[in-house]
Amino acid sequence: MDPILDVRHLHVFFDTYGGTVQAVRGVDFTLEKGETLAIVGESGSGKSVTVKALMGLVTKPAGHIPEGEILFEGKDLTKLSDKEMQKIRGKDISMIFQDPMTSLNPTMKIGKQIMESLILHQKLSKSEARNRAVELLELVGIPDPASRMNQYPHQFSGGMRQRVVIAIALACNPKVLLADEPTTALDVTIQAQILELMKEIQRKMETSIIFITHDLGVVANVADRVAVMYAGKIVEIGTVDDIFYHPKHPYTWGLLGSMPTVDSDDEKLMAIPGTPPDLINPPKGDAFAARNEYALQIDLEEEPPMFKVSDTHYAATWLLHGDAPDVEPSEAVKKRMKGIAKGNLSAGKENR
Amino acid sequence: MMNKEKIVEVKNLKQYFQAGRKRIVKAVDGVSFDIYRGETFGLVGESGCGKSTTGRTIIRLYNATSGEVKFNGIDVHGRKSKKDLKQFNRQMQMIFQDPYASLNPRMTVKEIILEGIEIHGLIKDEAKKTMRVEELLDTVGLNKEHATRYPHEFSGGQRQRIGIARALAVDPEFIIADEPISALDVSIQAQVVNLMKELQEKHGLTYLFIAHDLSMVKYISDRIAVMYAGKIVELADSNELYKNPLHPYTRSLLSAIPLPDPDFERTRERKIYDPAQHDADNAKFREVKQGHWLLCTEEVYKAFQGNQ
Repeated sequence: MDPILDVRHLHVFFDTYGGTVQAVRGVDFTLEKGETLAIVGESGSGKSVTVKALMGLVTKPAGHIPEGEILFEGKDLTKLSDKEMQKIRGKDISMIFQDPMTSLNPTMKIGKQIMESLILHQKLSKSEARNRAVELLELVGIPDPASRMNQYPHQFSGGMRQRVVIAIALACNPKVLLADEPTTALDVTIQAQILELMKEIQRKMETSIIFITHDLGVVANVADRVAVMYAGKIVEIGTVDDIFYHPKHPYTWGLLGSMPTVDSDDEKLMAIPGTPPDLINPPKGDAFAARNEYALQIDLEEEPPMFKVSDTHYAATWLLHGDAPDVEPSEAVKKRMKGIAKGNLSAGKENR
Repeated sequence: MMNKEKIVEVKNLKQYFQAGRKRIVKAVDGVSFDIYRGETFGLVGESGCGKSTTGRTIIRLYNATSGEVKFNGIDVHGRKSKKDLKQFNRQMQMIFQDPYASLNPRMTVKEIILEGIEIHGLIKDEAKKTMRVEELLDTVGLNKEHATRYPHEFSGGQRQRIGIARALAVDPEFIIADEPISALDVSIQAQVVNLMKELQEKHGLTYLFIAHDLSMVKYISDRIAVMYAGKIVELADSNELYKNPLHPYTRSLLSAIPLPDPDFERTRERKIYDPAQHDADNAKFREVKQGHWLLCTEEVYKAFQGNQ
C-alpha cells in the first residue's frame, strides 16, 4: 500500500540577517496509514520546521523550500498555492501545538473555536457544527461538554486546554495529525492521560500521527517507528525496537546514554558534549563529528550516506561502512539497550 | 551519611494566598522536613501542588503565613536587620525554572553574573571582577566571549548555565533549584545535571531540587519528598521511595512516568489516584520505617508497626 505521506529530500531554508539558516537539509521519510512516527532530536535539529513544512506553515518570504517534495495523496504540497493549502490544512492534515496556553484564542469561547473549522471545511450549519463540537469535547474526555462550550480558555486547566486543542485538530477527521511536543508542558499524570487519549483516537479513526518530542520515554510509549534528527537531517530511522534495542548511530547512543536508569545513581550521565552546529554554515562532512567520540577521519570530509541495517532500519554513520573499525557503544549505553525499565518492572510487581 | 548536620529545618510551614474576598488558597499547608548539609533533597509533585511555593517561601520570596524555616539554626522569617538579611541572601541562592524569563534581557551576561557580587561588595577591583566572571563562565561550560552578550543570544541550555553561574557567583551554601531542567532538551538536561553534581562535590553545596520529572529527581537526589495538594505525603531515601512506595499517590505518580523502554511501555499499567480513598482529616505525617515518612492515619501507622 502506498504511504499516506511521502517526504522526499526536503530542504527548508530561512533567510536571516546573519545569512541563510539551513534548518532542514534533505529529509526523507514516509508515513503509513494508522502508524505513529516519532521524530526526536534536540531543539534546533529541524524537527519542528519539518512538520511546519508539512502544514505549509513555513513563513514566506524568509522561509522557503529550495528543494524536495512532500507527497500527500499524490499531490506535492510544496507546489500548492496558499489557497489550495488552506483547503488541506486543518482538514486532511492538522496540528497540535506544544503550548496549550498560547495556541487557543483567549477572547473566543471554546465552542466557537472548535466550530470554526467545521463550518469552514465541512460546510456544516451552525447548529450541526455545535452538536459535532459537543461530541468532540466528549470524545477527548471533557466532562459536561455542553456547558464547557460557552467557556473561555482561561477557565480550563492546562491538561483540559490541551484536550481542547486536540479536539480542534480532530474536528475534520484528519488523515494526518502532526503533534509538536503536545505533552511537554504537562504533568506526568496528565501526560499519560493525553497519550492514552491520542492512542485511543488513532485506533478509532486510523489517523496517522507524526509525534515530535525530546522525551524518549514518551517515544517508547507512543511510537511505531522513530526518526532521530540531528542538524537538519535524519541520522537514524527504524522501528521503535530498532532504535531502543539496536541503535547504530552514535548520536542515538548519546541520547539513550543521557537518560538515567533505575540504578544509575552513582554513575555519571553520558551527556553529549558541546552544542549542535551552526546551521548558517553547516560543517563539512558529518555534522555530528565534532561532538562524536567515535568520529573517523572521513567524518570530517564526507557526509555519510544512509546505510541499511535491516529492511526497517537505516542509519547515517560511517561506522556502518565495511572498512570502518568495529565500534561498540559504552557499557552505560549497552545497559540501556537491554531495557532501562527492567529494574522498575520487578519493583512494580512486588507492590501489586 | 554520618554526622547529619541540618542546614535547613522547615517546621509546619504554611503559605496561604487570598484569592478573592472569601476564598483562601492553601498552597502550602503544614509542611515539615529537614535538609542535611551536602545532600540533594528532591521535592516532586504535579503543578499546583505547592512545591515551587515551598521553595520560594524558604528563600523568603514570600513571607510565610505561619511556621518556621531555620537556616543554619537561625530563623529566616520574622524580623531581620538589613545586614542579617543580606548575609542570608548570600548563603542561599535560587535557580529558576524558565531560563527565558529569569534573566534580564537588557543586561549583558557579565552584568547579570556580577549583580550579586556587587550587591554584596565581594570584589572591588574591576580586573578581578572580569576574571571572576570568566572563571564562573568556565565553571558552567561557557566561553569568556559570552560575557558581553545578551540573554536572547543564547539557547535554553546556555541560559540555564548563566542562571547557575549567577547563583554560584556569591559562593552560596544552599541552592534552591526550581525545575532547572524541565525546559531543556534531554542531552542538555544531562549536561546541566552533571554540572550540578560536579559543582556540588567541588563546593560542598546543598540542593533543594524541585521537579516533576521523577526519573531525573531520582538520579540526582539523596532523599525525595512527594507533595500533593499542599502537603508532603511521603518522604524517604530516593531508592527506598522507588522500590517501596507506600502512599497511593506516589504509586500513581511512579506508574505515570514513561520510560525509554518500548517493551516496558507496552505492558504499562497506570494506577489512578483517588484522593477520596483517605481519611484526610485524621492523617498525620508519621515515620513508618526508619527514615521513611508517610502521611497516614493512626490505623495505617499501627498496621506498619505491627508488620515489623
